[in-house]
This record gives sequence, structure tokens and C-alpha cells, in this order.
Amino acid sequence: MSIFSEVPQAPPVAVFKLTADFREDSHPQKVNLGVGAYRTDECQPWVLPVVKKVERLIVEDSSLNHEYLPILGLPEFRSASSKVALGDDSPAIKENRVGAVQALGGTGALRIGGEFLRRWYNGTNNTATPIYVSAPTWENHNAVFADAGFKDIRPYHYWDGAKKGLDISGLLDDLEKAPEASVFVLHACAHNPTGTDPTQDEWKQIAEVMKRRNLFVFFDSAYQGFASGSLDKDAWAIRYFVSEGFELFVAQSFSKNFGLYNERVGNLTVVAKDNENLTRILSQMEKIVRTTWSNPPSQGARIVSKTLNCPELFAEWKGNVKTMADRVLLMRDQLKAKLQALGTPGTWDHITQQIGMFSFTGLNPKQVEYMIKEKHVYLMASGRIKCVV
Amino acid sequence: MQSRRASRAGALKHSEKITKPSVFVDTHAAASNQEAKSLFAFKTDDDVRKVYLAGREYLNEQGQPYVSPFIGKIKRRLSSDQTLGSPHPSSFGLAEFNHRATEAVLGKKSSAIVENRVLGIQTVGFTGAVRLGAELLRHWYNGDTACQGPVYLSSHCDDSLAGVFQAAGMPDVRQYRYWDAGRRGVCVDGLLQDLETAPERSVVVLSASAHPTGADLSREHWALIARLMMRRQLFPFMLLPVAGLCHGELERDAWPVQYCQSLGMELLCAQSFSHCFGLYGEHVGHLLCVLRQSSVLLAVRSQTERLINALWAQPPVGGARIVATVLSNPAHRAEWQEGVWHMAARCMLVRERLREKLRLLGTPGCWDHLTQQTGPYCCTGLNVEQVEYLSKRKHVYVLPNGCLNVSAVNSCNLDYVTEALHEALSAEPLS
Repeated sequence: MSIFSEVPQAPPVAVFKLTADFREDSHPQKVNLGVGAYRTDECQPWVLPVVKKVERLIVEDSSLNHEYLPILGLPEFRSASSKVALGDDSPAIKENRVGAVQALGGTGALRIGGEFLRRWYNGTNNTATPIYVSAPTWENHNAVFADAGFKDIRPYHYWDGAKKGLDISGLLDDLEKAPEASVFVLHACAHNPTGTDPTQDEWKQIAEVMKRRNLFVFFDSAYQGFASGSLDKDAWAIRYFVSEGFELFVAQSFSKNFGLYNERVGNLTVVAKDNENLTRILSQMEKIVRTTWSNPPSQGARIVSKTLNCPELFAEWKGNVKTMADRVLLMRDQLKAKLQALGTPGTWDHITQQIGMFSFTGLNPKQVEYMIKEKHVYLMASGRIKCVV
Repeated sequence: MQSRRASRAGALKHSEKITKPSVFVDTHAAASNQEAKSLFAFKTDDDVRKVYLAGREYLNEQGQPYVSPFIGKIKRRLSSDQTLGSPHPSSFGLAEFNHRATEAVLGKKSSAIVENRVLGIQTVGFTGAVRLGAELLRHWYNGDTACQGPVYLSSHCDDSLAGVFQAAGMPDVRQYRYWDAGRRGVCVDGLLQDLETAPERSVVVLSASAHPTGADLSREHWALIARLMMRRQLFPFMLLPVAGLCHGELERDAWPVQYCQSLGMELLCAQSFSHCFGLYGEHVGHLLCVLRQSSVLLAVRSQTERLINALWAQPPVGGARIVATVLSNPAHRAEWQEGVWHMAARCMLVRERLREKLRLLGTPGCWDHLTQQTGPYCCTGLNVEQVEYLSKRKHVYVLPNGCLNVSAVNSCNLDYVTEALHEALSAEPLS
């Protein structure tokens, strides 16, 4: 008898199941609008030109050592990544109260941040501290924080299906009612899956309540640069919160904006109150990393670090990112125009009002099923589509 | 505008400093682990003779982590290959890598592979493999959705192992006797006794090869241990941290895993390809799960995928791609294999030289175990005071438990290291 004979089958991960079904579909005009990976006009993954260039430089560089990286990761990578999120002239960086942990993609950054908060935030032992994720949110958020040990994961109002936009009053209400010291996971830009971000004024309102009620800010930043085409613009919310004096975490992913999906490049940026707190925080994060993956992989971090730390390469990268972002914006325009030209029932302004890789079409589950089964166009059951094919 | 905001922010922060302490005010500074302390002491030591023998990487004769020119060639070729598409992302990593890694441990003709009751998963290095295995056990061992242990680790094992099981939610970590300081070998009687008295269904972590002390179990030992474990229903979690470096061949180093599998045992096995491929930074790890029945494979696979998604989503492909490329091509494999034999042989050569030097110096103690063992790790038998003497007076750094990495000894430092060991073992204890 196997010791695993009681193990129940886990439900498949929806987005990967969708892709698996898509692959098995033999229809010649099939389209996959499910998984969030950028595709060119020829439906191919795009290796950024700057990445190709930097990979060659790295392979030719015989001076690079091949040892394990330090536990917290490649130092040049960590500082450059935090700078990208917080801005070159960030006062927090100048005050030496910003640190970072190189992680396995955005997922890894969220996991390390979550594990740390569960142990060392607001006293110790936060298994009962509520952690709020948006309704809806990236489906993996729940799993990551549950496995990190949080027992009380709650939704906060976000998407208003009726007005096809942000339910700001519901959101603010949830912030007011949340127990003090609750943790809130905020999408820095290009909300996944709705593509709907708060305006600057709405962010200010959110920040005001969070400060007053001592709620902790955990930013998930997977699309910096990808949303508007501008790194600074997409980081506005993060930088605003930092300027308002918040202690906060930012889980950064370079999978999308560097096209490095398979190298697992992420960074957990920590903005602390002062250097003394930062030192203690990083020491505990080091312990957590040591028992998770010991130290992070080097390849992806070297690519990103070399690019971010060299002015010419950095400029070239920003250009590549803008190319991707522009194409997404173009696709949105074209999609909306076509739908309107066809006289499709409903209004379609939200396609161009929303931002980033995804759009909430507003299709209901039956309509989604029709799209997949009759038309071989694959999208998520929630009506989420990827805007770039 | 910018400076006004900056000064306003400055004013805000000042008042907050007075009224609101950090939410992290209760965060303790973590005590640094032994390895880190040791490394720090070495780095800040400015004696020119200093030698660091406490690292994990295999070092070449020049004292550098070894990367064969052949692997460098493969890396360059892969990086310029335009036809290589992005592999479809999978939580389990590269399929070809998993296939080869599983075969390397179990052998091509393994009944478990043929009967489709094996799960092979690419992980983020060796630690990632142990962590994932621990998470799997914690969630699903014996239908117990919160298994806390007990988990048995050998004495003198890697000090981070306990932390990994605890972090996965299995706090009940215990020790079984392993290293016999007197006999400089495995304390088999003690080991068997401890396993005999362990609660049924305990998890037992065993080194398949390259135990940190260098003392590995013989085939006879394995026969006794496996029988006992089956009788007491103890679960084996086997470790292969430096696969290939003991006997120069992956399959040979993995013999204990094949043996247990052939007896019909269910087991987990964590291995790392970092050392035998010189891919330290790439973190190429592998977790093998051998099940008793193929009927549970899908369920276990689906739950493992869930666990991976919440840890790192997918492992990085770079290193796994190199390993898969080499292992699946007979010509490449042959060339790579030469390099691995060379590494294993060099370890043996260094051991012989160490033993000979110590004998010539008349160093107290018996040093036969140096050449009876294989692989890069070895326990010198130095006690805590002697280890401290070695680092403080002689600037030679070994692990606090007296273990060291023989590959870090080379023709430049051999004389100095052996003289230092000799002095430490003959000296009066430091007051």
C-alpha cells in the first residue's frame, strides 16, 4: 500500500489546462488568449534584442566566476532592480533603508515576503493576521500566501462588473473595515486579470486610509514598463506610497518586461523605516531563503543586472519594452475598432480604457464556452483575454 | 515641486519616527549560521597563508570552482542556437532533463520506471529538492494532512537540513548516530539501534553517497538498514548532493537508491548536478519520487504541482538544458564523463597525499579513513578547540564539526595544511 494512497487529485491549474487543451486542438485557426506571455505578430515568443546581446556578452566573459551566488542573490542585480521600482533619486534609497532579496520570479518574491510577514511582522506569528487580495486577483496569490502559513486570506472589492471598472468605494470601505495591521496585496500597475488600475487620485485615497488604519502594503509589480510603456509612469503608485513614508514590500518580476519567463528572475524590494530595521529584516529573510532554495540561480539575474547597470543597454531595454507596450496598445485599439465595426452588442470602451496585457471582456461563462468550443478561441472562464496575439 | 514634496515627505517621516515605531520592531536579528561566520572570518583574515577548506563546491587544482571547457563549449553553442524556442513552461521543469536525471539515479531498466510509478521533478538546486520533498511529506504522508515528523537526520549532517524540514512545517527533527569518532567511520550498531527505536513511519534521511564526513555506508550496511526500515515502516529520503563525484559515475553513486527501489520500497531522493557539471550558479536540482503503485501517480503529481506553484512556480531552465543536452547525446556524454572521472580521481589523489603527509609528520591519530573514503568531503576528527586553533592560529578554516572539502587542498597549500593539522592535533588546547 503506498503511503500516498490517500492523496486526492488536485484540480488542474486553470490557465495551464487551457493551454494544454489549446495544444491538442487541431483547428487551423485556433488562438490562445489565455496564458500571460507576450507574443509577436507571428504568434511567437519574443526574445528581446537586448537580451540576446547581453546573453552573448555573458557567455564570452571568461572572467565571470561560476560559484554559488550569495543567499540574498547578486548584489548588483538587487540594487539595480530596486532602483528601477523606486526611481534613481528615491529618498528611501539615499537614506539607506532599501534592501532586496533576489527571488525565483515574482512567485518566489511573494513567497519569501509572505513567509517573512507570517513570522516577523507586527510582533511575531501572524498565521491569524488577515491578508487581503483583490477580487478578482491572479489565481496563484491565494496558494502562495496559504502555503506561507496565512490562515485568513480575504478578498477586497476591486472589479465592478456592472460599470466595468474599479469599485473604488467598495475598496475604500474594505480598507476602513479591515482589522488594523492587516496586509493588503496591491497590484502596482496593469492589474491582473482586469487590466483596471486606480487613478492617481484613487491611489491617494487608498494611501490615506491605509496609513490611518496601519495596514501593511505589499505591492505585486509584474508589469513595470509593460503597461504604459514608461517605467516611471508604471511605478508611480509605488513611489507615491514610499514618499508618504510607508514601510512596504514590492515583489518584482522580470519575466514579462525582459521576456525571461524561463530564467525565473524576481526581486523582493524592502523599504524599511531605517537601516537598523532593514538589517534585521534582511537577516531573517536570509534564513528563510536558506531553507527554501539556499541561493538563487545566476543566469537571469546576470542578464538583468548587466542591462540595468549599463546606460546604453538600459536605454535599449527601455526601447524594447516600449515596443511591446505599444503593440499591446495597438492591439487594444484594433480589437475595439473591429468589435464596433461588426456591431457587436455591448460597449467596448473598456478594452482601451484598461491597461496592460489583460482585458476583462465581460463575457459570461456560457459565452466563453462558445468561444472555445465553436470558435477555437481560448480564453479564461472569467472572460479574461490576453490583448496581444 | 520635487524639492517641496521631498521636504514635506521628510517632515512627515520625522513625525512618524516619533509617533509610530516600525512594524518590524520585534524582528530579531537572525543569528548567523556557522558556515557564514566561518566564511566571514576567512574573508576578513589578512594572513597570506589562509586556506578555506569549508566550502561545498568542488575546486580544481588552481583553487577555482571547476568548469570543464567542454561545458563552456556547450553553453556557447546553446546560447547562439537560434532554433531553440522557449520551452513550454512547466512547474516540473524540462522534461528531457527529468527523464535523464531519473534514469541516472534508477538505471534505465528500473522496474519502477517501466511500471510508470516514478515522478521526476527539476527543482531549484539541492535545497529546493529537499524542501519540495519535505513539503510533500508534510502535506500528504500517510493521509496526514499535517505531518509534523519525526524526521531523522544523521549526526554530522549539513546544518541547514534541519532548518529546511522545519521551514516546511515538520518541526520534529531528531538525530540518529552516524559518525563514530573513535573508529573514524560509520557507527553502524548505533545507527541500527536508533532506527529500531524510532517511532514507526518516521522519515529517515540517508546519504546515498558523499556524506559530509566522507563515511558512506557499505552494501552490507544498506542490506541491514533496508530490511530494518521495511520492517518498521520507516520512510527513506535519500540524498545525493554531489552526484557522480564519489565513484566518478552517476549510476554508481546512486546504487543505494536502486537497491532500495529493487526491494519495492517507496522513497524520495534529492540530487544535485551542480558539482559534476560545474553549474553552481544555475542550481540544477532534481527530486525523485518512487511510488509503490502507479495508481497514485497522477494524484501525487497534481499535488506536487500545487506545492511548486506556491514556492517558485517553475525552475530556471538554463542549467537543466545544458545537463539534458549532454546526457542525451552519447558523444557529449562520453566527453563529459571523462571530466567527472577526473574530478573523482583528483579527490582520491588529494586524499592519498594528505594521508601520506600526515603519516610522515607523525601526526597523532589514524588516517586510514582518508583513503578508505571517496568523494570530496571528509571528517578530520578535530574537536571544537582544535578547529578553533586551526583557524585562529594557522588561518586554516574547516567546518566546526571538523569536516572539510578535500578538493580545496592542492599542491600549493598541501604542505601548509598538513603542518597546520599536525600542529592543531598536537597542540595544547587554547585557553
